[in-house]
Amino acid sequence: MDGTIASGASRFVTRRGILNAGVGAGVAGLLTPLAAPHVWAKTYPTMGTYPAGVQGKTAFAAGIFPLTGPYASLGDDERNGFELAVDNLNNGSKVTEAVPSLKKGGGVLGKKLIFAIGDSQTHSNPAVQAATKFIDENKAIVFTGSISSAIAVSLEALAQRKKVIYMADVTGSDATTGKHCQRFGFRPIPSNYMAARAMGPALAKHLGHNLKAAYLVPDYTFGTSLYTQLTAAFAEYGWTSVTEQLAPLGTTDFTSYLLNIANSGADVLFNETVGADEITSMKQAEQFGIMKKMKVILPVLSPFLYKSLGPEVLGGVYGGSPWWWGEQEKYPLAKSFVAEFQKKYHYIPRFPAAWCYISMIMWADAVERAGTFYPPEVIKALESGYKVDTIAGKLWFRAADHQGVSPFAVLQGLSKSEIKAPAENYRIVDIVPGEELMEPLKDVACHMPSVAQV
Amino acid sequence: MPPTAVILSQAFSGFAFGTLLALMSSGLTIIFGTLGFVNFAHGAMFMLGAYAAYVVLTYTHSYVAGLIAGALVLLIVAVVLERGLLQFFYVRPPEDQLLVTFGLSVMLIEGIRYFFGSDSQRVSPPHWGDGIVNFAGIFYYPLYRVEVIGIAAAFLLALYLLLYHTSVGLMVRAGIEDRLMVGLLGIDVRRMFLLVFAVGAMAAGVAGVIFAPLSAVIPDMGTPFLIQAFVVVVIGGLGSFGGAIVGGILVGELLSVTTAFNPDYSQVSIYLAMTAVLVLRPRGLFGAVGRI
Repeated sequence: MDGTIASGASRFVTRRGILNAGVGAGVAGLLTPLAAPHVWAKTYPTMGTYPAGVQGKTAFAAGIFPLTGPYASLGDDERNGFELAVDNLNNGSKVTEAVPSLKKGGGVLGKKLIFAIGDSQTHSNPAVQAATKFIDENKAIVFTGSISSAIAVSLEALAQRKKVIYMADVTGSDATTGKHCQRFGFRPIPSNYMAARAMGPALAKHLGHNLKAAYLVPDYTFGTSLYTQLTAAFAEYGWTSVTEQLAPLGTTDFTSYLLNIANSGADVLFNETVGADEITSMKQAEQFGIMKKMKVILPVLSPFLYKSLGPEVLGGVYGGSPWWWGEQEKYPLAKSFVAEFQKKYHYIPRFPAAWCYISMIMWADAVERAGTFYPPEVIKALESGYKVDTIAGKLWFRAADHQGVSPFAVLQGLSKSEIKAPAENYRIVDIVPGEELMEPLKDVACHMPSVAQV
Repeated sequence: MPPTAVILSQAFSGFAFGTLLALMSSGLTIIFGTLGFVNFAHGAMFMLGAYAAYVVLTYTHSYVAGLIAGALVLLIVAVVLERGLLQFFYVRPPEDQLLVTFGLSVMLIEGIRYFFGSDSQRVSPPHWGDGIVNFAGIFYYPLYRVEVIGIAAAFLLALYLLLYHTSVGLMVRAGIEDRLMVGLLGIDVRRMFLLVFAVGAMAAGVAGVIFAPLSAVIPDMGTPFLIQAFVVVVIGGLGSFGGAIVGGILVGELLSVTTAFNPDYSQVSIYLAMTAVLVLRPRGLFGAVGRI
């Protein structure tokens, strides 16, 4: 992985590494115009970091992930997916070989991808600062990373202002491709609307109709949007909401919320929390006897939940995941991805790694098909409806709101006796294709800005 | 108006969480009162206690061993940090002290992340904490949470006895009131500072052990706790041991009882209380005038 700023083996992003690569990229940028004139630089006008970011032999990709804070374990996984994608795009893999435009390997449009990683600290401000630095100083031609929808929405707005393409890899809030949709932002992962529509029929079938539901909701755009979508989707089966408990991200003690839930008379608890908050709230819910009192549904089965909670808590629990490694039986490319990821990182990838990987592959494919890094042309290629073969099946973006047409998995936790291998923790209840989950455009709040709009 | 049973259960829950906050904050406040600087690494020390418990519980399955390990690890860490680094900052400007403890916090958190990763570690409650207590049919509460009140209260009592019923405690309290005078009386202030820092750090470590079975055990777990402990210390009065206890329970109650009425205002309520205290009684409920 020569030329990269943070190598796959390294756990830390070093300032020296960034400086070295920055200098390297700068020197390459100075030398290359003399060595190899670029046709596209004459064809297209300057926009964002184009052509400055791709004048050398390299193209710079940035990843901004929550490496600290309550979503750090998801951020780690996401980063690994990003690094593997860059590695595969540069050096080839079974996955990239399956995509016609990427078959030849050797980077994107013949330019080796180099990258840097920033820590969002699970907050929007540091995320925007890191991305701004990568765009202004390193001339990043693309950036990705989120986990928190609040971060995704902020980075998307930055992408539109800076005219640099942002792949919103892991974000559920409907606002990402709804109210806050941006021409320069693309979300391949299923939205909250899609997750709720996937879970509705499957869970009503298994748990019944006309149930009273309590909701534990993270108090930011992701949580409130998921609450809206779940209540709407399950209303079709006669489920009603009896209480909505809004808890801030990073809550230390969920007891008071759980007491209200225990006293609500609910049959079902939707615990919408994610990451460390999900672990804390589930530990406390179990101690309160809530698991015996009502069925618990985890709309986001965060990575590595089993490690912290075990089958005692998760056995029999229903939940959702935008991607699950067990899907490799359905998607052949997922098998190659899981094997390669495991070889490199010594664990099985989870959905943040998968969607960051997919994001980078879809962006690279679009650049190759456009034949240029010029953002408006890449956007056109992404909006074209072209289906890319990925580790989650054939995926494409809907042009009107930049939402990926992607599947969602409904899962159920295995009990202790059912677990055969350490990571074989869930059974697949259903994998619903993206085409069946898309929100009708008339209901989507997206007013897509033009390329020129800020 | 929520039913009385809900309010009562929330009030009890607030008390349970409040005792833990009080234990955490008492360490913060005595360090501040004696050494004169805010220990930004206190949250990281809380986290170290939880990780010590995780390691020891994994191998011994003994909760008591976990508690002892949490206290011992923090004792060692505190001695090393105080002797090796912090003692050189007592005469430095407050911003230097703030930066050094903040830097320490980052190093401790990232050090743990390096060895254990960002994933949550599994810490279960002790087997004698399994079960649910029935409070006269009015509400139910997990047994371990009830026991936590007792464990935290026992440590707070031990701290109280140390501070108020021993000659060492007398020196510490005198140091809080007038550090210079204590030094002039020929008392080894350096040793006293070391003791206070160690005791304060151990209080954070023990709180971390107690909280580990109730929470995700991750490198960042102490950060939100530290923020709440600051609120407690400001409300209770900087440097006041009694203030930390009353402030801790008050903050726990505010967080919990507000949730019974409207969970949206739960977190806001403690900051409103802090603002009110700062406006009406800037030294805090039990803070002495001119202490800082």
